[in-house]
Parts: sequence; structure tokens; C-alpha cells
Amino acid sequence: MSILKSAILAAIGTEAKFDGRNYPASMDFCAVPRGKFIDAARAMKKANALLVAEWSADESPLGRGFGVYACYRWGAEYLVVKIGLPYDDPVFTSITGKFLPAYRFERQMRSFMGVVPVGHPDLRPWIKFEDWPEDAWPLRKSFDASKPMPRVAGEYNFVRADGEGVYEIPVGPVHAGIIEPGHFRFQAVGEDILNLEERLGYVHKGIEKKFESLSWKDGSRLAGRVSGDTTVAHSLAYCMALESMTGCNVPERAQWLRALFLERERIANHLGDIGAVCNDAAFAFMLYQMSRLREIMLRTNHKLFGHRFIMDRIMPGGVSADIDSGGKEMMLSELKQLAKEFNRLVTIYDENSSLEDRVRDTGILIPEKAREICAVGIVARASGLNIDCRLQNPFPPYDRIGVNVPVLIYGDVNARVYIRIKEVRESIRIIREILETLPAGRISADCGIPASDTAGFSAIEGWRGEIVYWLQSGANSEINRCMVRDPSSVNWLGLEQAVLGNIVPDFPLCNKSFNQSYSGHDL
Amino acid sequence: MKILKQILRTGIVTEPLPAEAAAEIRAVGAKLEEAIRKRFRGSLTIRQVDAGSCNGCELEIHAINNAIYNCEQFGIHFTASPRFADMLLVTGPVTRNMEIALRRTYNSTPPPKLVVACGDCGCDGGIFGESYASLGGIDKVIPVDVFIPGCPPTPIVLLNGILKAVGSR
Ligand code: SF4
Repeated sequence: MSILKSAILAAIGTEAKFDGRNYPASMDFCAVPRGKFIDAARAMKKANALLVAEWSADESPLGRGFGVYACYRWGAEYLVVKIGLPYDDPVFTSITGKFLPAYRFERQMRSFMGVVPVGHPDLRPWIKFEDWPEDAWPLRKSFDASKPMPRVAGEYNFVRADGEGVYEIPVGPVHAGIIEPGHFRFQAVGEDILNLEERLGYVHKGIEKKFESLSWKDGSRLAGRVSGDTTVAHSLAYCMALESMTGCNVPERAQWLRALFLERERIANHLGDIGAVCNDAAFAFMLYQMSRLREIMLRTNHKLFGHRFIMDRIMPGGVSADIDSGGKEMMLSELKQLAKEFNRLVTIYDENSSLEDRVRDTGILIPEKAREICAVGIVARASGLNIDCRLQNPFPPYDRIGVNVPVLIYGDVNARVYIRIKEVRESIRIIREILETLPAGRISADCGIPASDTAGFSAIEGWRGEIVYWLQSGANSEINRCMVRDPSSVNWLGLEQAVLGNIVPDFPLCNKSFNQSYSGHDL
Repeated sequence: MKILKQILRTGIVTEPLPAEAAAEIRAVGAKLEEAIRKRFRGSLTIRQVDAGSCNGCELEIHAINNAIYNCEQFGIHFTASPRFADMLLVTGPVTRNMEIALRRTYNSTPPPKLVVACGDCGCDGGIFGESYASLGGIDKVIPVDVFIPGCPPTPIVLLNGILKAVGSR
């Protein structure tokens, strides 16, 4: 029996109802009485689990009230704990005291579903702005999403710091440069950052609600636009959650191609990030060089798959782009050039002492903090956490090819750059292996439609980190709920921690080394 | 030393490009340069505004700055301040939460205030459409001169769209 399941049974006993029917085999699911939600969280904390996500669903079309869900992870194990809330009394005990990332998840649940986490220390709305009507809960079924909302008067109360010499710097939402909008508020003394408060939500497009109006098939297109830089991984995560519900057998060749797309997306983004971090450390040379390598990859993508970011090439049941032997040769020679030039650039990075001065010891996220915020992906692996879904929950071909996952413990800007450097090299190796071992056969199968009132789940390692989708079908087998958890939903908390004690001018550098998605967070 | 070597080796980057792509860039580039010289005294300053995009469009706007497209050679510069901008290049759908910031940016931009809507979402809201959270295309909030469709538009399409906008007034 899995570690997490035994921990729940030991804490809650037979009141925890385990049910595997609706989920992939790798996943345990249990329903517990409303009052035991916090006991489950306590047991999970004791078992050293991490909180993956917490969300709610309006299950009134299924003849129930609200469902509140918490997903935990320990190594390769995932476990979902569910409680039901009656519609007229939607309260439950907050688990923020046990798991820090619940701090934002629960604010978000309250803002969008109107379920109330009792005992939560900060019930300001999240992503929902102060000028929304208080009782606008977009994820409730009764909410009419097609109508514009009126603006009401309201104010967002930022955290304040008082004291001699403490001053505030508000930045954004529209930033200098070509980046997504968000608001940062610093409290500083002299140049030192005392506190950073992020305020996000500017690019909230109503994505989760939008899913509920789409067909299962069109859902993968929307997933591919949750965060454009991660289009492959998001559409893949969506499709795999759906396939887990329909029991679709994706052909082997399609799985290999999916991994190929995923690794190409990883390399392209890492190249861009390494260049951008160096640029913010006043080393523009690296940005030009890395963007050039990135551009070469995007051009190959366009030639081979018809889209520079390989958007919309993953669909339920498989993929819609294939490669032939010419494509394979093209990619191999591209990778050869890439590997050679990349290595040369890494040597330049290593030997540049003024750069080293800026990136070392800057923006440290210590391993304890990374664990506390349940960080994922690059950010986690640069701070000592050995987590990567390609390792712990591999889909083929990863289980056969194997993945060498780099882990560093220092948690500074340099470590986050270095994880990317190592991952670029590893992804090049993986792609070569995929090309060598690519099985013949079909590239898609009929995915089918889920039965009514079932749920599906997936966790995919995108280039930023673990992406999680939870899907629920309604009474007529339509999409009742699609929960999206981009890595940014948790990792943004890491940035707030990492900048403390750093100087304000280093903030852009720290921020770039995290490079979290606003769109993926704001949904 | 190694940097110098790499610079020399890379040269002025046109080498990894297939000839037809390089020709494409040169063709639109020459026209852009000419139009910008005539109408904007050789320098077009753009303020990019993300009014709610998925960030895909931003990646391609970044790309026109890279060494391969190198839009600076045609006189295109990106600025941090709308007050110095000749053109707003706006990606969207315009979210409800960005509407006010977009209006403010528009109001701080001096004439001629060229506005270019970038991407399918900027054109008409794209897949996000109109909803409680999304107002739809950029022209739902501010006047738009030129629309550049695509999801996202490729760098060449972007450069052509900017060219069209420069010639539109
Ligand atoms: S047009 Fe496409 S790439 Fe651009 S913001 Fe919309 S979905 Fe993203």
C-alpha cells in the first residue's frame, strides 16, 4: 500500500473512503468527512508530503454541493483528498497553517467559488480584483460568464511596513520591456528589500470557466494557450488527463513524438532564459547568442511541424504532426550545431567573473523554504528538491530512455541558470535517443468521450516544472470542471522569499531567473 | 578572448539562415527602413503592451529583436515609456483586469499614437472571446490602426504588420 494511503488510514481510519475507479492507477483518491480535511492535511504533513494543488468544483449539476479537493504528493505518489460542502453552508477548515501554498489556493477558491476557508489568515481576494462585485463567483454554475461584470468601488489593502527609513516602491502592472503585466510592491530600507508583495491577476482571462463551455476536443487548444511559452506541455497535460478518463491507448509513436515536442520546448525556453538572465546581469552578448540558437530551433519546428512553438500539434488520442527520415536528419544536424555552440557559450558563462559576481549568492531560495512553498520544477531542483515528473511519473519513452535529473542545493540565480544548462544538455541527449528509437505506427487513436461524473488527472514535467490538470465530467459527459495548476501557481511564492535581503536593483535578475508565467498563474 | 572568438565565428548572423528566409527579412526590412525614414525620421519607437495575452505573442515580439531579424537595423526601437512611443503594439484579449492600465497607457502616448493589435486575440479576442473576464479584441477599448492576425504571428508577419501600420498614416 502506498505511503500516503497508509498515512490517511492511520489518521482517519474507515471514515476515509478510498475509490480508485475514477483515476489513473498512479493516483489514490479518498473522500473524507468535512471535519477531517484538516486531519488529512496534518497526516500528509507528517508523512512529508507536498501540497500539489487545492481547488473546488461546483457539483450541483451532479446533484451535490461543492467539492473541495487537496492533492498531495510524495515521490511518485499522488493522493487526492475530497470533502463535500453543502451549497448553503460552503465552509471548511483552512489547511494554510499546514501547507503554505494553500495560502493562495484558498484565497483563489474563495474568490472564484465562494467557498470559505475558515481560519485562513488573509481573506483578501486573489486574481479577483477589488472592483469586481463581491458576490461574483465565476466558477459557480449559476454565474453567467458571457456577461460583462459591472465595476464597483473597492480597495486592495497592501501589506504595510512602518519604521524609520522604510519606503515603498510600487512597480507595474505595465513593466518596462516586453513582459507580462503584474504588480510588485517592495518595502525597502536603503537598497535592501525588506518585503515584496506580489499582486497578480491582470491577465486573468477566465480560462477555467471557458473550458466548461468547450468540447473535450477543443479543450486541448485552450490548454495550449494557458501559457504560450508552454503550449506543448499544457496541451499534453490536458490530453493525458482526458485520456486517463476514457482509457484511451495512445499509440507508441505518438507518445515518442509527444516527448520529442516536450523536450524541444524545454530547450527553446531554457536557451531564451539563460540569455535573458545574463542580459539582466549586463551581459547582452549571451542574450544575442542564446536567442540566435533558440531561433534556429524555432525555425526547425516550423519547417518540420508547421508551427514555431509546436502549438496545437498535441491532441486527444495522439499528435497531429509526424516526422520522416528527412526530418530526423535535419533535427540531428541541428542538434549537432546546437550542442557545439551551446557548450562554447557555457564555457564563456563559466569564465566570466563579472557575471559570476552578479549571479552567485543572489536571490537565494534555501531548500527549507523551497520545501515549505512546495516548489516545483527548475526552482525546486535548484534548491535541493529532487522532483521531476519525467523521473517519478514517466510516460513512455521516458521510462525506457531514463532521465538524468540535475539537482543543486544552492538556490541562487546561478543555480537556476545551471539547472537549465544541464537540462539543455540532457534534453539534447533525450531527443537523440527518441529519434533513434522512434517506433513505427500510427500517431493517433480515437480518444473517446468520458463517462458521466468521472474525474481524470495528469502531472507533466513542462520546462518550468510540474503541470497538473484535473478534469471532471458532468451529468451529460460534458466538461464540468477543468482545474489547471501551472508551476507558477506555487513558484511565484518562491520569488517573494528569494528576494528578501537582496538589493532592489537585483530584483529584475532574480525575477528573470525564476521566470514564472503570469498567464499560467492568472488563468 | 573566447567571447571575441565566438563573435568572430558568428559574424553578422545571417549564416544559419536558409537563403529564402534571409531574403524575406531583407525584403520587408528594406521597405520598413524606407517607410520609417520618410515618416518617422529614421526611428520608430514602439511601446509593447500585454493587455492579457497568453505570452505567446510576446515571444515572437522578442524574436524580432533577436540577431536574426534585428529590427533595430531598420530603425525600430522598443521603449519602456509610452510617452516616447510612436506606436503601441498591443497583445490581448484585453482582460477586464488590464482595461484601465491599457487606457492609461494609450492616454499617455503622444500623437500620432499608432496602435497595432497583435495576434488573433488582439484582433478579436481569439479563443478567449468575450466574457466576464475578457473584453475581446483591442479595438473594444482603444482605436486600432492595423490588425496582425496569427497565433502567434511569426516574426516576418509581425514586421509586415508594423510596415503596414507605418504606411497607414
Ligand atoms: S494570439 Fe495566440 S499566442 Fe497570441 S495571445 Fe492569443 S493565444 Fe496567445
